[in-house]
Amino acid sequence: MTLDSAILTLVTFIPLAGGLLLLLVPRRDRDIRLFSLVITLLAFVLSLHLPVHFHRAQPGFQYEIDKQWISSPNIHYHMGVDGFSVWLVVLTTFLTPLCVLISWKSIHERVKEFFIILLILETALIGVFTALDLFLFYFFWEATLIPMALLIGIYGHGRRVYAAVKFFLYTMIASVFMLASILWLYVKVGSFDFVTIQNAIRNGQVGNFLGAAPWLFLGFFVAFAVKVPLFPVHTWLPDAHVEAPTAGSVLLAGVLLKMGTYGMLRFNLGLFPEQSRHNAPWIMVLALIGIIYGALVAMVQPNMKKLVAYSSISHLGFVVLGIFSFTTAGLNGAEFVMLAHGVSTGALFMLAGIIYERRHTYEIRELGGLATTMPIYAAFFLFMVLSSVGLPLLNGFIGEFLVLSGTFQARAVYGILGATGVIWSACYLLWMYQRVFFGKVTHDVNNTLPDLSGHERAALWPTAVVALVMGVAPLIWLNLIDPAAQGALAPFAQVLSKVVDR
Amino acid sequence: MTPHLHLWLIPVLPLIGAAINCLLGRRFSRRTVVSVALGFCGAAFAWALLVAARFPSLGMPHVENLAPWIRAGNFQADFAFYLDQLSLVMLLVVTGVGFLIHIYSVGYMWDEGGFFRFFSYLNLFMFFMLTLVLANNYLLMFIGWEGVGLASYLLIGFWFTKDSAASAGKKAFIVNRIGDFGFLIGLFLMIKHFGSLNFEQVFRNVSGMEVEKAGAGLLTSIGLLLMVGAAGKSAQIPLYVWLPDAMEGPTPVSALIHAATMVTAGVYMVARSHIIFERAPFALMVVAIIGTLTALFAATIGVAQTDIKKVLAYSTISQLGYMFMACGVAAFSAAIFHLMTHAFFKGLLFLAAGSVIHAVDGEQDMRRMGGLRQYLPWTFWTMTAATFTIAGIPPLAGFFSKDEILWRASRVSLVYWGIGIFTALLTSFYMFRLWFLTFFGEYRGAEGSGAEHGAGRGFHLHGDHGRRGIHESPTVMLVPLVILAVLSVIGGWVGVPGSLGGSNRFDKFLSPVFRATIPAGANEGMPPEARTEGPEPAAGRRQELAYTAVSVGAAALGLFLAWLLYYRRPQLPQQIAEALGSFYHAVANKYYVDELYAILFVKPLVDGSTSILWHGIDENVIDAAFNDGAYNARHVSDAVRHMQSGNIRSYAGWVAAGAAVVIAYMVWIGSMSGIR
Repeated sequence: MTLDSAILTLVTFIPLAGGLLLLLVPRRDRDIRLFSLVITLLAFVLSLHLPVHFHRAQPGFQYEIDKQWISSPNIHYHMGVDGFSVWLVVLTTFLTPLCVLISWKSIHERVKEFFIILLILETALIGVFTALDLFLFYFFWEATLIPMALLIGIYGHGRRVYAAVKFFLYTMIASVFMLASILWLYVKVGSFDFVTIQNAIRNGQVGNFLGAAPWLFLGFFVAFAVKVPLFPVHTWLPDAHVEAPTAGSVLLAGVLLKMGTYGMLRFNLGLFPEQSRHNAPWIMVLALIGIIYGALVAMVQPNMKKLVAYSSISHLGFVVLGIFSFTTAGLNGAEFVMLAHGVSTGALFMLAGIIYERRHTYEIRELGGLATTMPIYAAFFLFMVLSSVGLPLLNGFIGEFLVLSGTFQARAVYGILGATGVIWSACYLLWMYQRVFFGKVTHDVNNTLPDLSGHERAALWPTAVVALVMGVAPLIWLNLIDPAAQGALAPFAQVLSKVVDR
Repeated sequence: MTPHLHLWLIPVLPLIGAAINCLLGRRFSRRTVVSVALGFCGAAFAWALLVAARFPSLGMPHVENLAPWIRAGNFQADFAFYLDQLSLVMLLVVTGVGFLIHIYSVGYMWDEGGFFRFFSYLNLFMFFMLTLVLANNYLLMFIGWEGVGLASYLLIGFWFTKDSAASAGKKAFIVNRIGDFGFLIGLFLMIKHFGSLNFEQVFRNVSGMEVEKAGAGLLTSIGLLLMVGAAGKSAQIPLYVWLPDAMEGPTPVSALIHAATMVTAGVYMVARSHIIFERAPFALMVVAIIGTLTALFAATIGVAQTDIKKVLAYSTISQLGYMFMACGVAAFSAAIFHLMTHAFFKGLLFLAAGSVIHAVDGEQDMRRMGGLRQYLPWTFWTMTAATFTIAGIPPLAGFFSKDEILWRASRVSLVYWGIGIFTALLTSFYMFRLWFLTFFGEYRGAEGSGAEHGAGRGFHLHGDHGRRGIHESPTVMLVPLVILAVLSVIGGWVGVPGSLGGSNRFDKFLSPVFRATIPAGANEGMPPEARTEGPEPAAGRRQELAYTAVSVGAAALGLFLAWLLYYRRPQLPQQIAEALGSFYHAVANKYYVDELYAILFVKPLVDGSTSILWHGIDENVIDAAFNDGAYNARHVSDAVRHMQSGNIRSYAGWVAAGAAVVIAYMVWIGSMSGIR
């Protein structure tokens, strides 16, 4: 077994193995934290192998491993990554060590359980992006739910149980529709294998496909739309975020939401190109509503964390818009926004968590004038705000620009409406920044707040550096994304030519 | 073989300075901070001079590629730099004036807190501005475009503990973003139709296109959208509202960013895109109308302001209006000429005003100044040079550049010219009003008054100013004043028109840029004089001289009125204001535009988002529906709640049970399909 075929298994399951080992480690919190950090860093370093040795010119999936897992039903342990998923894996492994760092001091009860849950969650998240067997995918997909619900429900704030239940029910119910679609495909094709199913559909070997395809498409789409979340099924997100512990929010916004958009890319586009095209207009409208609506609601939030949560709805709207523009720029941009949003919003949630630890509130009116008392914190915050606003030379700009440019080529009006997002994001983020950091200190408590600790800086610096590198040298990422985007669009050219033939 | 000039160094040098001061400046002494900031900015200036020295040996345009930036599908944008006559002029103005203002800032900001922060931002601004000027594609230009907006945001809000400063910074950024939105859509149109944002490729595509006759066409749309961006950055109607507020920033910032360089970016961009505009007469007309109206509108407001910096701010808006008027009548080189002289004299006006403010300890209200001539001789004389220049008194720099614009405008429409002349009268009036109020008469300030300067930081050391405390600024501030004063006097001599015995060398220098690709038929509907600039017939010269005489007359009239009202009969202005009643109040309150925008846009957006979107749709519709559903399935959620016990083993049980059900179902299905 060469490294290339084992690497995905290693990256995926090292965190889980670490979690299991943690069970054996005695309850000395410091050791547990260090151990978790080492494990997550190990996973990160290993995952870097994936993009570094990725063959740009080679189409399809790489680092594949395909072994029979259960013979009846025909379930395979089939993993592999392409230019889209490879970066999502790296995003996950990049954010998790930072989650460990940011939880260093803030989690002091049930520490062991916390890190075990975190590690299990990491494995499940990576699994979602690497699985190429639909059953395996579904397994990982649902497996992310439980640790996340636990993180919110146990380690969250005030209304944590309500938030956890809401999160769980919302996404669980939606997933049932996807399961139904998966099972229908299995019955017809006799395999859960993504590539097999894709080929069967393309070659017209699936009986009764044309009649069922609209429903299958919707089945997948509903599950993904809730996860993204797309308007109007987004209301679980603000609650989940506000109650979640910082690490939970970072992974929730940074990675979990991308499961939805990744799913749309992989399954809705990959399996149902014609239905995707057919449904694109209303999906793009929902995405546009998400962009504008999310931003406007974010603008008036009195709660910093809720504000960032609503801004996620807005940003993820860009991703969906780009995906359903069916342009190379749009797809490139969509993937790039996913990554950029993971880094910037992950950092923003860490920053929100940092102030929560000091003040035990996210209420903006409780803050004010913090730039005077916490200048370094203020500087990091500003940097991430700018990256989130989409300032050129930082990460947010590249993705948004490509998405909007692609959308504009496809449907000019949608592109124009989406582009208003550049105004809204400046409004809500800069207004919030002003209220939190500028002016005079209005609450005496805020005069004595300590600036960033070493752990906090260690967690924030990587996000700032990556945000900058992504903006200056986006080609590092686009070089792998672009072939995948072109590959994903190839069937659409065929759809078009079919339409022309008719 | 064309030499490689490493143009990338020019923007990157100040960036290095910014990074060093930003990361380490907290630990540096003030001297170290200054050495870093001035060193890197000066190096950029020196490099620009070197480039200028080798300029004649270059082929035009001179393009240097540095590195690829974005590649997606067929689209690509690179880090590449574009040097031609136009960018060289901008380059020298930005680095030269920028460096002078860096020097001045050392004196002005010496006693302020956040010293390193200030210079780091200033260097950062230089980086973005130089990127904007040197970019070889619209996307790289957009980096600079948004980046200077960031620097402006940071510097306006430099004294961030002051709420008004923080709000002004935010307002500047957001209003600019509205303009950038238009700019972006313009870029998307170019990508869609030309497949690229590279200047060369876009211009090549456009130069093959016809002049658009009717109102709407591709080039007209692009032109109008670019103008939206320009109106935001260069503070034109209706997006000018941020610039007066931007005066909250330290005065060197007002001089550098909000007068000399950044706000002229829109003019540069329109001039750079002249190939597009020349083929879109309607867009061109809109540019001219916006410019003309802005020039007039802002000048009227400037007449009634009492804050010395606000007068200069409205004056800047008005002068930018002149530049757009020039662009709108396709007199691009005249626009750039005025851009250059304006950078000299308006930069100087702000620096001199800063010197005044510095001297009277932060007082900005001209009603509490007066008689400062004797205390501040250097400031007075340099300010005098600038005032006469902006008023358009020959043979100072501003006279030539403004007159060139007015003459060229008169060839297109006498309406532009008439409004331009009236604005010139107003300009002369409000500038001499400022001059008389500040430097003549009796000192009207209270002893030891004023605390605006550095407000809130409390680091300003000149605490004990009375009249006796009024002091001339240190040499480090005076040297830039003197240099700019010299430039304000002689800077226009490069563009003396034929009618006055010159040969307008400035226009000739830029002509390869602006006359290379005049489309066939562009002259239709425009009198031929508007196009030809070389040797003119004697009759044309006489006519031009007559127009010049009128504008000089307007300047003189303005001077006379200001002298009458603010020197000779200082009680008159009050009576006039009372006589005008509500009209005066409207002008003094800037026509209530800010209030109007607040009622029309800000309040509905905030209120609507709160009550309709958030509490309405989110909470009362979607969430209510969800919670009802959940309530009806209460036992389900109860069951889930039991699962939330945190007991991992029970969870594992659930997972296992769920998986077992699913797998059993699979097996069943598998056997079914096997049977079939």
